[in-house]
Amino acid sequence: MTEGIEKYEVIIGLETHIQLNTNTKIFCSCKADSWDDEPNTNICPVCSGLPGVLPVLNQAVVEKAVLLSHAMDADIPPVSFFDRKNYFYPDLPKGYQITQYDLSVGKGGGIDIPLEDGRVRHVRIHKLHVEEDAGKTRNERNRRLIDFNRCGVPLIEMVTEPDLRSPEEAAQYVIRLRQLVRWLGISEGDMEKGHLRADANVSIRPVGADYLNPKTEIKNLNTIDGLRTAVKAEVERQIAEMEAGGKIEQWTLSWDEQKGELKKMRSKETEADYRYFREPDLLPVVMDDVWRESILLDYPELPLERRARFMETYQLPVYDADVLTAERPLSDYFEAAVKAYGGEPKKISNWVMNDVMRMLNEQSLQPGELKLTPAYLAEIQSLLDARTINGTTAKKVMELVMERGQSPRRIVEAEGLGAVSDEGAIRAICERVVAANPAEVENYKNKPTLMGWFVGQVMRESRGKADAKTAQEILTQLLG
Amino acid sequence: MRDLCLLSVGEMLGGMAAGEFTSQDLTQACLARMAALEPQIHAFLFIDADGAVNAARAADARRAAWRMGDDSLPPLLGLPIAVKDVLMVQGMPCTCGSKILEGFIAPYTATPVQRLLDAGVVIVGKTNTDEFAMGSSTENSAYGPTRNPWNTAHVPGGSSGGSAAAVAARMVPAALGTDTGGSVRQPASFCGVSGIKPSYGRVSRYGLVAYGSSLDSVGVLARSAEDAALVFQHMAGQDAMDATSSDLQVPSYTASLPQNLSGLRIGVPKEYFIDGMQPAVEQRVREAIAQMEALGAQVAEISLPYTSYAVPVYYLIAPAEASANLARFDGIRYGPRETGENLLDVYHHTRGGCFGSEVKRRIMLGTYALSAGYYDAYYGQAQKVRTLMKRDYDKAFEIVDVIAAPVAPTTALRFGQHTDDPLAMYLEDVFTLPANLAGVPGLAFPVGFDTAGLPVGMQLMAKPFNEALLFQTARVFQAQTDWHRRMPEQGG
Repeated sequence: MTEGIEKYEVIIGLETHIQLNTNTKIFCSCKADSWDDEPNTNICPVCSGLPGVLPVLNQAVVEKAVLLSHAMDADIPPVSFFDRKNYFYPDLPKGYQITQYDLSVGKGGGIDIPLEDGRVRHVRIHKLHVEEDAGKTRNERNRRLIDFNRCGVPLIEMVTEPDLRSPEEAAQYVIRLRQLVRWLGISEGDMEKGHLRADANVSIRPVGADYLNPKTEIKNLNTIDGLRTAVKAEVERQIAEMEAGGKIEQWTLSWDEQKGELKKMRSKETEADYRYFREPDLLPVVMDDVWRESILLDYPELPLERRARFMETYQLPVYDADVLTAERPLSDYFEAAVKAYGGEPKKISNWVMNDVMRMLNEQSLQPGELKLTPAYLAEIQSLLDARTINGTTAKKVMELVMERGQSPRRIVEAEGLGAVSDEGAIRAICERVVAANPAEVENYKNKPTLMGWFVGQVMRESRGKADAKTAQEILTQLLG
Repeated sequence: MRDLCLLSVGEMLGGMAAGEFTSQDLTQACLARMAALEPQIHAFLFIDADGAVNAARAADARRAAWRMGDDSLPPLLGLPIAVKDVLMVQGMPCTCGSKILEGFIAPYTATPVQRLLDAGVVIVGKTNTDEFAMGSSTENSAYGPTRNPWNTAHVPGGSSGGSAAAVAARMVPAALGTDTGGSVRQPASFCGVSGIKPSYGRVSRYGLVAYGSSLDSVGVLARSAEDAALVFQHMAGQDAMDATSSDLQVPSYTASLPQNLSGLRIGVPKEYFIDGMQPAVEQRVREAIAQMEALGAQVAEISLPYTSYAVPVYYLIAPAEASANLARFDGIRYGPRETGENLLDVYHHTRGGCFGSEVKRRIMLGTYALSAGYYDAYYGQAQKVRTLMKRDYDKAFEIVDVIAAPVAPTTALRFGQHTDDPLAMYLEDVFTLPANLAGVPGLAFPVGFDTAGLPVGMQLMAKPFNEALLFQTARVFQAQTDWHRRMPEQGG
């Protein structure tokens, strides 16, 4: 723990770039996703900035930005504009980036981020706009290699107000943002592939102060852990600096993920002048009611809303609600099963969080691809409730449903997997087991945990079909 | 045998259709004339003799196939034309008159050029231009100036000076030009040919190397309004590659002509007749207007009060857009790259060494106008005045159908007349800039000569997208006059 930490409040703002999952780039018809492609293979005259070319807006980019704006509770103005941001860099082939400066697709808004202690942090959105990505530069010895594949890949840039108060809150914000963009279907949100990139602005101030101190900016935060660790390290550095009587200067830092180190890139220079002006090659984006309504026609319940509803309506613990709203397809699967079942939702939750998720992982499937449909899962639980099968058989039935895609009831009948719940038959087995194991019967008197062993023997004798609960009742009587 | 080069576009197309001569005959005639006159004129930066002959042969084969029953015959099949060197033609160099694109071969074709190729034209080469179309004389070409065929001591105007001179000297019947602040109309005027600057959005800008994106337009220079219309017809129209191109239907520009101008309301803006303009220019233009009146038009003086702001407004907006448009010429991906100690050095040496002084002047001007702290006073203010200028035109077109005015205050300048005084050169554009700022179409055509025998031009402007009225009016005028038939002795 850093000396003096309790005296300071941590102030964090995040700037995120979200790569949208459109088929084509923002201003040309090149494929947007180049993850598996050789450098400079998804390029054309337009995105590589040849002389004479013009951008033509991909409407899907605007539509995805409208979805996110709506989710952030931002205003969606009827007209927005594109602007040119001018700067020279080899991987920016036009010498300017087409972005949105003052009048963008979304305005204002915010999101409530649930924190681990049950509190909620409201994070206001300072800016939400769409823009084109630049290429990638790689330095190799004394050569500079440029890949233009990423040029023109559509991004949403979203910047928060300085409303986050700890490295963990910053991490939670990105976790929730990632969840949201995947949920809305606007981005794959794969941080390893750079679909979601964050820069953090960090400052500290004495607890109770209402002014802002100079901040530093940490670039290149491409994992949640990296974000958490880097921001924490920077907070500690700033506190140590202040405690030593020093001053915080406006640095730009970069996070080296491999080494786990912050590196100073540059001191604050005079602010770059990007000479923004309206992009004359593109028309204003006119968001009329018809278009907006068509975009929001299938607008989904958002993950945090659904999380709250699952806790409220289904009485799920926070943990379950979080897991079951992490991804929309799984969440939909769960809810379909709950509805088909009609009983206690927690029972379905347990199946989904354990067995269903394991099957999805093992077989790399999406919930919609499972032969174990929500209705079949509900049926298995109903068979259990009716003691037609026991827990052990249920798992076996589940495997068979996955193999065959037949209904659980039909499998139970066809395979004769119905549980032996006839008390007389179970009692006969129990008596046999007790008679055959006098030594264990003797031990049981001092060691009641042996009951499990006896039940196990009965299950074995019955080839797994005996109802475990009935067997235990009878054994308790017999063993006295 | 008659000189095929002297025929009009209509006569050329008709002669090929009738089998009197072939596209190869015509193209060879043009190439021969180019070879003879180029040493004096230097209208071309690139001549594709082999390519043109091959294209002409293909055109002739296609016509032969059509005669045998093939069912499609492109409307301009076999017609030789030239293209200004700021438009991409795949496989041909595109230098924009600049060292910074030396050796650059266009990897794609501009939409208006492609449409003409689809209509059957044969491209003989790329014409000279002021560097990146910045200039009014072609003196700013890095590859040497073009000379005016009427008098080689004079400039042909610019920036489409190569196209104007090539048409005036009858090397080609028509050539593409571009007009950002007068670059089609002013050289047309200086060279005694007809040139259409279309409404903003009428012709796709895709493949035109951008100078001032909100002002740029692609037009045609030809010997007459009718010839220009025949070619322009096949360039106009919406293009999916240009978001600013209009979806308005393209009307026929060569529809049958009325006998006179009866009922046409012509406005003559008083701001276009200024102190210090060459008397012959004013006289010839007023005579032409009087002749139009005699043809039945109603003529009235009008006012376009913001005209005097055109030069300062244009020279903020165009350079501002240019400063961004020309940022891509950094030596990284194409064109020459100078060496340097570091990246910044490479940029400085490449751009500093390869751009000419006028281009650098405008980049500096535009960069300054967009800078933080100056934006509102310059670029922002210029945009506001531009809106007022548009309103000037909107109001004028409530009471008149066309506006008639001189194209430039003078006839063709002598070489070097303004090269040391950029501001005087900028003021030459005062009559052509407003049409670009307002986005209206303009058509320039010859109306006589000054005492030195240099052509005088007049321009007509109309409401946005009413090019048809401009063509029609000029064609009625040209049916009654022969200024457009005069040709320079140099090329005679």
